[in-house]
Formats: sequence, C-alpha cells, structure tokens
Amino acid sequence: MSPFLVSLGLWNYWLVVVLMMVGLYLVIAKGNLVKKLMGLNIFQGAVIMLYVSMGKVSGGTAPIFIESSPGELAEGIVYSNPLPHVLMLTAIVVGVATTAVGLALAVRIREAYGTVEEDDVTRIQRLDELHEIGLSARDALRELGSEGEEE
Amino acid sequence: MSLLDHLPVLLVIGPLLCAPLLVLIRIPSVVRWLAQAVVTATAAGAFWLVQTVNEPISYRMGGWTPPVGIEYRVDKVAALVALVVTSVAAIALLIGHKAARDTVIKGRLHLFYAAYLLCLTGLLGMTMTGDAFNVFVFLEISSLSTYALVAMGRRRNAFVAAFNYLVLGTIGGTFVLIGIGLMFQMTGTLNMADLAERLVEARDTRTIHVALAFMLIGLSVKLAVFPLHQWLPNAYAESPSAVSTFLAGSATKVVYFQLMRVIFTLFGASYIFGEARLGTLLVPLSLLAMFLGSAAAVYQSSLKRLLAYSSIAQVGYLTLALALGTEEGLRAGLLHLMAHAVTKAGMFAVVAIIVDRLGTDHIAALQGLSRRMPITAGLLVLGGIGLIGVPGTAGFVSKLALVDAALGAEHVFVAGAILMSSLIAVVYVWRVVEVMYFKTESEGPRLRERPASFVPAGIFLALMLGMGLYSEPAFELARAGASQLFGGMP
Repeated sequence: MSPFLVSLGLWNYWLVVVLMMVGLYLVIAKGNLVKKLMGLNIFQGAVIMLYVSMGKVSGGTAPIFIESSPGELAEGIVYSNPLPHVLMLTAIVVGVATTAVGLALAVRIREAYGTVEEDDVTRIQRLDELHEIGLSARDALRELGSEGEEE
Repeated sequence: MSLLDHLPVLLVIGPLLCAPLLVLIRIPSVVRWLAQAVVTATAAGAFWLVQTVNEPISYRMGGWTPPVGIEYRVDKVAALVALVVTSVAAIALLIGHKAARDTVIKGRLHLFYAAYLLCLTGLLGMTMTGDAFNVFVFLEISSLSTYALVAMGRRRNAFVAAFNYLVLGTIGGTFVLIGIGLMFQMTGTLNMADLAERLVEARDTRTIHVALAFMLIGLSVKLAVFPLHQWLPNAYAESPSAVSTFLAGSATKVVYFQLMRVIFTLFGASYIFGEARLGTLLVPLSLLAMFLGSAAAVYQSSLKRLLAYSSIAQVGYLTLALALGTEEGLRAGLLHLMAHAVTKAGMFAVVAIIVDRLGTDHIAALQGLSRRMPITAGLLVLGGIGLIGVPGTAGFVSKLALVDAALGAEHVFVAGAILMSSLIAVVYVWRVVEVMYFKTESEGPRLRERPASFVPAGIFLALMLGMGLYSEPAFELARAGASQLFGGMP
C-alpha cells in the first residue's frame, strides 16, 4: 500500500491536525479577543481528541473488567487503554480554567478600554503612551493619523 | 518514615493547601504573615534538601511503585532550582504587601496572596516531579496563577499583557502536552526515568522526532527563547512590582530546568547534539537573543521594560550554556541560573522602591535620583554592575564559567560574542546611571527613604555580592548538579 493510503487509514490524526490548525489560525488571525479564546479552545480540543484516539485498541472494549463467572475474570478480552482518557480529564479541567481566566480578562479589558477588538485596544494603548510623554490629546491624534497615512 | 522523608511532597503541598485557607481567612494582616510564613518555610525546606541530597531521592506518591505510581524525584539540580525559586519567592513577598495594597482592589488582597502561593506550588511541583504529565499540570497551575497576578498591575495595560501572555502561554503549554502525548504513544510510560530508558529504542521514529520538536518549542515559549519572547516584556513591565520580582527570579528558571531535563535526562546530550543537531539551531538563536535583547533594552523608556529585555538577553546566555552540549556548559548554565535570579530579582526589587516613591518607572523621571534617593540609586547601580558581570559580582562568576565552557567546546567565536554582548549591557546600564547622576535639569525634592523598604533588594544584592566574592559553595553545587544531570538517569 502506498504511504498515502496508509495515512488515510489514520484518519483520526487527520481530523486532529485539521482541528489544531483551525484553532491556531483563529488565535493568530482573529482580532476579537473572545474569538481568539474560541480558537484556543478548539486547539486544546484537538489535543484531547489526539490523546483519546491513541487510547483506542482495535477490537478493544471499554476498560471495565468483564467477569465470566462471579469472581473470575473472562479471558481473551481486549481492553482499550484507559490512561489517556484519565489524563484528558485533567487537561479538560485545565482548558476550562484557562478559558475562565481568559474570559475574565476579556471582561476587564472591555471595562477598561470599551472594546474587545485587539486593533482598537492597541490604538488606545498607543494614545496612552503619547499622552504619558506629554502630548495633548489633539497632538496625539494627529500623530496617530500621520502614522495611519504612512501605512 | 520521619516527616523529613516527606519533604519533597510537603514543599508542594504546603503552599497548595495554604492558598484556599487564605481565601477563607481574608483578614489582610493575618493573610500576609501566614503566606510569608509558609513561603519562608518552603525556602527552609528547600535549603535542607540542598544540604542533604546526594543520590536522587525517589518519593513514591501514595506508596505506589513507579513507573505505575507517580514519583517525585529530587536530585541535586532539582533541589538547587527549588532553593532558588523558594528563596526568591520568600524575599519578593516582603515587597508584596506594600505593592499589592496599592494595586489590588481593596478587600481582595487575600486573592493576591492565594494566587502567589498557587504559582509557587506550580513551580515547585514542576521542579520536584518525576512524571511527565505532572510537569504539564504543574506548568498550567503556575501559568494560570501568573496570568491572574500579571493582571493585578497598576495600569490598564496589565489586562492586555496578561491576556497576550495567556494566549501564548496556553499554546506553549499545549505544545508540551502534545509532545508528552506522542512520547506516551510510542513508549507507554509517563515516568521520566522509565521514558529515558524506553526512548533509546524509539527515538529514531518520526513520532518521537515530532514529539521532541513540540516539547522544545512549547518549553521555549515559556522560557521566552528568542524569537518566542514576545509575551515577556509586557508581562514583566505591567505586573505589580512584587510579581515581576518573583517572576524574573523564578518562572523562567524552572522552565529552563525542564528544558535541561528533556535534553539531558530524557534524550541524552549525545543524541540531542549529535544526531538531532540541536546545537546548530540553539547557538545562533541564543546569540541573537543576547544581542537583540540587549540592544532592545538600550532603547526602552521604562525601567521595568529595560530589565525585561535584558532578561531576554540573559535567557540567551542560559540557552547558550545548554547548546554547548558539554558538562562545563551545563555547569555554567546552573551558575548563571543562580546568578541571574538574584541579580535580576534584586534590580526589580529596587525598581519596586522607585515605583513606590515616584509612582512611575519612566527612565526620564529618574533625573537627579542620586540626590533625591541616594541609597536607592546606589542599589540600582550595584544591580546594574552585577548585570554587566563586573568582577566581584555573581554575574562575573557565571559569565566566566560560560566563556570557559565555550572555549572548552572550541567555540572561540561564541566566547567573543559573550564578551561583546556584555558591553551592550554596559550601554543600557549607563543610560540609567547617566540620568540618575548627571541629569539635573528637572530635579524634584529630596525624598525620604524608608530603611525597611531596602530589605528585599538588600538581601538579593547581598546574595549577589556574596556569590561573586565567595563563589566556592555555588560553584560546588553547580559542579555536583551538572555531573549528576549530565550522566543522565541511571
């Protein structure tokens, strides 16, 4: 079989890679802070899928011991590996906590700047800086305007 | 078993359990001293560990035998890093109360201390654990609390800095997680000692190559290796003074230790620098960090930001020490880890005094500081001298070891570059000195200096001078640690 066909058989990894890239793309390309967090969530979700899919043993069943008769374990049964699933419980908690902190920060940014768009926030920060070195609001605006023209 | 046998885990559990307790107590004065007591106790514990550890201590969590059970593994280097982290945390917390009271919303002070202790928990846990997945969990514990701490800064910029740090930090942490997952997939184990054994067979597969790449990049983001350093200047500059002091002396150092463990324990130096040729990538990046970080520091208008860019340059020295791939390099790295922790934390502690008195850390506002606050200005100069690496300071000892290691590895060019980049450090330190001592046009009135405020900065800088003048103990520790780590896991 050609390597390409073999890799098609590993479709779960393709799914993970696509999701991961969608997530990363959102984080990088979107200016909206909440959308960035969504991208981050998709990215983390992809990793969870990666772990969970690697715990699957083909033909394996859920890792709960099956008894043939009371007290006797049935023989010849293949179980999936439960460890990656357990690890991902922790990773999910981490993901939720990260999202919570991120959203809390987004709320505070919205309170402080009146926007959650990254570009606007950067512009206001630049104004703050110019203000700090002693330019009046009007001069600062003019400074920003001339920068915009150059771009 | 006596209580001391449980010390590795007690160091982690102490701050972890204390944090929710502080949230329940809420009374500022009680919270403050309880937090200080716990952090100081962990520092004492770490000191005891450094004294006693010879062979690596293996602590079995819940009595389960590794590799099935989770193992805490404390060797010389881990004990050393734990000592650096806890002592920086304990001393930086002395600044904390004043700085936090000014910045944190009234009535929420206990949350600052809780986040601080959780951050310490995460850093110590990463240092102590011998389990790869544990590293990720503790990494995220420390990161999440760091985001909260950074957001407590004085200005509204702090929120944005914290948010950007959160995004980049999470990506870095998740990369580490992917790396661990791929390694687990190929070896079926998460215990580091066990992983190291099994990786010998598996390391020539594509999966492990990818895993290594993910691990290294993830850790590099957290360590702020050039060009993945973008989060660092804002995070350091906007966070409250106590937090920037704490972070500058601890967070990157712990991640650096993780990088050491991936390179020397999991894969082994011969593989990483032989077959994987990491040196060809890491040496140029380190050199770029040293020069561009220092050069960017020259152009900063705020003192904290200047120090933050200088930190990026210092991370360059640290990774350069690793990239040499020799035991001498590793020793120099450990020495520089200690030296930079005390020096940079000391300088941030001085900046904390300045921010407290002047209300700003703008370099232009420092005019005539030598007459307004002579002792503070003197301490800042002392820290700057340490940063340059003048003989008699800790920076000299570690940079000398680094040059020595570079020459030993026959990298004469690299050795020259180390000296050159120190000269740039002279430039940015001089900029501050010039403003403080020789610019007097718009000089303010003389300010009262409180002796108590000098305590944290004084301790840090005294440690820096102590290590510079009497370097034997530090050198001995670094030597023992390096030989243990370089030998790899038994």
